[in-house]
Amino acid sequence: MNLNFWVIQTFNGISYGALLFLVGSGLSLIFGVMRIVNLSHGSYFMLGGYVALTVIWTTGSWLLAIPVAALTIAFLGLAMERIFLRQLGFDPLRQVLLTVGFAFLFQQAALDIWSGNNFDINPPAVLSQSIQIGGIFLPLYRAFMIAIALAIGLVLWLVMEKTQIGAQVRATVDDAQMARGVGIDTSRISMMIFSLGAFLAALGGVIGGAFLGIYPGLDFEMLPIAFAVVIIGGMGSLGGAAIGALIVGLADNFGKALFPEISYFTLYAPMALILAVKPTGLFGRE
Amino acid sequence: MRSHRLKILMVIVALAAVAIVVPNTGSFVILLVTRALAFSILVMSLDILLGYTGLASLGQAAYLGVGAYATAILATKYHFGLGWDFWLVLLIGILLGAALAAFFGLLAIRASGVYFLMITLALGQCVWGLAYRWNSLTGGDNGINLRERPKFGGIDLANELTFFFLVFAVFCASLALMYTLVRSPFGRSLAGIRERELRMQILGYNTWLHKYIAFIIAGAFGGLSGVLWAHTAGIVSPENVVLTTSVDALLMAVLGGAGTLVGGVIGTFIVFGLREFLSTLVPWWQYVLGVVYVATILYLPTGLMGIPERLRQKRAKPDNPDGAKKLASLHHAEKTT
Repeated sequence: MNLNFWVIQTFNGISYGALLFLVGSGLSLIFGVMRIVNLSHGSYFMLGGYVALTVIWTTGSWLLAIPVAALTIAFLGLAMERIFLRQLGFDPLRQVLLTVGFAFLFQQAALDIWSGNNFDINPPAVLSQSIQIGGIFLPLYRAFMIAIALAIGLVLWLVMEKTQIGAQVRATVDDAQMARGVGIDTSRISMMIFSLGAFLAALGGVIGGAFLGIYPGLDFEMLPIAFAVVIIGGMGSLGGAAIGALIVGLADNFGKALFPEISYFTLYAPMALILAVKPTGLFGRE
Repeated sequence: MRSHRLKILMVIVALAAVAIVVPNTGSFVILLVTRALAFSILVMSLDILLGYTGLASLGQAAYLGVGAYATAILATKYHFGLGWDFWLVLLIGILLGAALAAFFGLLAIRASGVYFLMITLALGQCVWGLAYRWNSLTGGDNGINLRERPKFGGIDLANELTFFFLVFAVFCASLALMYTLVRSPFGRSLAGIRERELRMQILGYNTWLHKYIAFIIAGAFGGLSGVLWAHTAGIVSPENVVLTTSVDALLMAVLGGAGTLVGGVIGTFIVFGLREFLSTLVPWWQYVLGVVYVATILYLPTGLMGIPERLRQKRAKPDNPDGAKKLASLHHAEKTT
């Protein structure tokens, strides 16, 4: 256990955190705006990966697969929100159960369409190289993941903080009733945020598929981790999601490397404790 | 009150029918019913929280897990619980479930609504994480195989039918106990908390303590179902404590009708039945299950047990005050949406 170990593990943790940010930021916004515990968020991640695979198989273009997969799933999320979730209004339990009912449907559909095999999404050769920094080989792809997350994070932040739409979203997160009162169309905001969340999760699926693989069961594996990100960071806050993703990414990596027997425990126990002490998360607004 | 006695009578008749019909069927059905009975204790325990206290837990499988793992570890590592001491293991399972719930409850009960969902999810994942990774104790991903079932006196539980009757007896006792609980003054105050917690607080009830005790009782029954489940399935693995198992239990309770106990049992039997029968007939059985779930949530918020009530309400003005109240609370829920 030398310096190299720490550098590599930290790098891996941060890059995993970058992936988690993509999944978690959408989930966090959805929760913040709609107070929905969306249990089909992991399915969006998995389906994003699968759709990308199909695009790669038919066109051979990895670059094309990213927007196609993300937009397809964004549309799926939009349809789900408009047609089904909308009817339920605010009833946390029924929403949760409805999203999980869909998660089961998506799971079966994925199994039928893409079979039960494990697939890898192979990025272009350029990104599969390693770069050497100070005698340590770091995979370029992981650096790419960090770059993507930074870019997405920056765009989201700019939209949220600097545009009118962003201000409306923030107002809805803080007090949906008041937002409606001053004439903000919260229904439209909800629709946008829900499909944005699906978009980001699917994007994560395409990007993460390169080193996680895409396989049945990935949906319910990603889901609780995404919730850990959201809860540790605080629901409805972008900055929180970023910090939560970083913490979970590092905790997961070092947990698995240092204390394999309790590695998941070290992830979820802090999540439970934070919820018990400060339910709005470390950086959530009251 | 008359309709109330009628309902009890119907349940007793149904149970008697199960006890008579099932032994005369093949081992496939006996095994299926045994599994469903063992699991439905967990679903009923969840219903105490969900239907009677208004707390939707997403981590109930943890209590089944702790009971099941305790049974498996004691049996395989210490050869304990395979004779008369099986009854001791049953007690240990109950106590462990209650102890875990007493610990988790300290963290979870403060939260309400969505936050309660999330915190129970997190706590359930803690248990899953340990089961999945703590190889030396839990066998990790492979789980633990139980090679034999208890044998005591002249009774050998390896016999499917004998084992069925044991599970059936424990199930009946659990149902009776939980039914007594929800009809007791304590159960009534739980329902009061579900409807309007603030009012109960103003009336001087310690609502935190009520919810905490309900949580512990649910955990105890969860542990009990775990002991039975371990011997029913013959294997205990992280699959038993994974998030989807908790979600399954929740869906079964809602499908049958939350706040009815019996509804959860019906939900369990439907889901187990669909899974076992339909999966042998058609490859797309999971679609059916998914559609059943989605349709239930959209169109039958009170579950299958709520159907008669709905029909009655459609036909005439509700003359049954109990039913009227239930419907009123349903409408209340719909209005707040």
